[in-house]
Amino acid sequence: MSEQEQKPDRASWNVGDFLNPREPIPAGLYIGLGVGSFAVLLALWAAVTYTRLIDPLFLPTPGRVLQAGLDLFFEFDFTTDILNSTYRVMVGFLIAAILGVPLGLLMGTFKAAEALIEPLMGFIRYMPASAFIPLFILWLGIGDVEKVAIIFVGSFFQLVLMVAVVAKNVHKDMLETAYTLGARRVQVIRKVLLPASLPGILETLRIIVGWAWTYIVVAELVASSSGIGYMIISAQRMLRTASIIFGILTIGMLGLITDYGFKWLHRKLFPWVE
Amino acid sequence: MDEPVKLRIQRISKAYRGDGHEVVAVDGIDLEIRNREFATILGPSGCGKSTLLRIVAGLAKPTQGSVRLDGRTITGPGRDRGMVFQSYTLFPWLTVQQNIQFGLQLAGLPKADQAAIAQEFVNKVGLRGFERAYPKALSGGMKQRVAIARALANNPDVLLLDEPFGALDAQTRALMQELLTQVWEEFHKTILFVTHDVEEAIFLSDRVFVMTARPGRIKAEIDVPLERPRSYEVKTTETFLHLKKQALDLIREEAIKATRYKDHE
Repeated sequence: MSEQEQKPDRASWNVGDFLNPREPIPAGLYIGLGVGSFAVLLALWAAVTYTRLIDPLFLPTPGRVLQAGLDLFFEFDFTTDILNSTYRVMVGFLIAAILGVPLGLLMGTFKAAEALIEPLMGFIRYMPASAFIPLFILWLGIGDVEKVAIIFVGSFFQLVLMVAVVAKNVHKDMLETAYTLGARRVQVIRKVLLPASLPGILETLRIIVGWAWTYIVVAELVASSSGIGYMIISAQRMLRTASIIFGILTIGMLGLITDYGFKWLHRKLFPWVE
Repeated sequence: MDEPVKLRIQRISKAYRGDGHEVVAVDGIDLEIRNREFATILGPSGCGKSTLLRIVAGLAKPTQGSVRLDGRTITGPGRDRGMVFQSYTLFPWLTVQQNIQFGLQLAGLPKADQAAIAQEFVNKVGLRGFERAYPKALSGGMKQRVAIARALANNPDVLLLDEPFGALDAQTRALMQELLTQVWEEFHKTILFVTHDVEEAIFLSDRVFVMTARPGRIKAEIDVPLERPRSYEVKTTETFLHLKKQALDLIREEAIKATRYKDHE
C-alpha cells in the first residue's frame, strides 16, 4: 500500500526529489523534459551546422532542411508522396491486423492452435522483410501490391506472436471464475478472454504500426516511382541531403502522430485499465 | 445440527506428475458437509487444501474418488457452486454492478431482475454508491466484497471460498470476516471455506477440518459450539481461546512437518 505522496513546498524542491526510482514527477516538468530533449537535439544540430563545423553536403542547417521541405511540398508534390506511403502502410498494416489478431487469439487460447502455428511463425518472423523484396518483385511486380506485401510480411508474423502472448497472459483465475458463474466454453472466450485481451491487442497494434512505418522506406527504396522512400532515394542521386533529412523527419513525424492516435484511442476505449 | 448432507466428498485423491516423480497433493479425503453448514478446511500452506476446493468446484479432476452435491456427481464447474478466489478476479472492464450481474446475465435473467438483484447484493456488502465504479477504483477489501456479492447473487447451492481474505491487511481481514458471518446469517448457504489462519477458521465456522501437511489428509475435526450470530468480541471468550489453542497445536505439528519435508527435498 503506497501512501499518498505529500506535496512538498515549491520552495523546498531540489534535484534529488526527482531522482527517486519510479516516483512520479510534476506534469509540467514531464512535458518540459520531453520538449527539452527535442530542443537540445535541434540546438546541437544548429550549432554544428551554422558554424560550418560539418560540411553542409553531409549535414545541412535546420533552415536549409526547412527550405527543402517547403520546396518539396510546393514544387515536387510531396503531399502525394506522403499519401501514397500512408496508403501502403495502412493497407499492409490493416491486412496484417485483420488476419493476425484472430490468429494470435486462437494461438493464445488453444494449445492445439499454438502447437500448429507457433513454430511456423517463429521461423518466418526471423526472415528479414527486406530480403523478400526481390521475390515479391518477381511475383507481384513493382506496383502497390508489392509494397503492401512487404509491409504485411514485416508486421504480420510479429503481430500474431505478440497477440498470442496477450491472450495467454489473461489470468486463469478470471476464466475459472467465469466457469463457476455458469459460463460455457464459448462464453468464457467471448465474454472474458476477448474483452480482457483488447487493451493488450491495441497496444500491440500501436507497436506494430510503428514497425510498418519503418518498412515503407525499405519497400519504396527499390523499384518505386512515388512515396517518401522514393523521394529519399531520388534526392540521394541528386545529392540533395536536405531533402533526405526532411523525408526522414516526415516519417518520424507521421509515426509520432500514429502513436499518439493509438494512445488516445486506448484512453478513450479502455478507461477501466489500471 | 441435524441437517441432511449437502456435499459428500468421497475418498478424493489427487496426484500431480511433476518433473519425473509423482506428487500426491491430497490423499483419500472423506468429508460430509451438511446443508446450511459453514465448514472450513484449515491447513498449512502447500497441504493441498486449495486443490481439494478446486476439485469440488469442478476446476480440477481428482485422480480417485468422487464429489456429490445433493447426490449428483460433480463432473465439471457449474453455477451451483460459486467460488471466490484469493486473487482479485473481478472483470476489470465491467463496473461493480455489471460484475455482480455477470452470472445472472449468463443465466438469461431479464434486465430489470438482474439490476434488482445486483442492487440487493451491493447493499448487502456495503458498496452502495460504488455501483458504477470500475474495479481499479476499489481497495482490496472492496474488490473481495464484490467477488462475494457476485458469487452470492448467482444463488449457488454451495459457496466455495479459497483464502478469500489472504491478501488483505489484518484490520480489513477482520472486518471482512465479520461481514461474511453477517451475510451468512442472512442467506445460510452451505459454505466450504479454505484458510491457513486458525483464528479465521474458528471465528467463521461450525466445523473446522484440520489437514495434514502433504500429502493432505484430514487430521482432526473441531466442532465450534460458539453462539451465533457472532461478533468480534467472541474472539476473546474462553471457549474461543480454548478452541484456538487446540487448533494451533494441531496445525503447528503439521507446519513443522512441512518445513522438514521441504528441507529434505
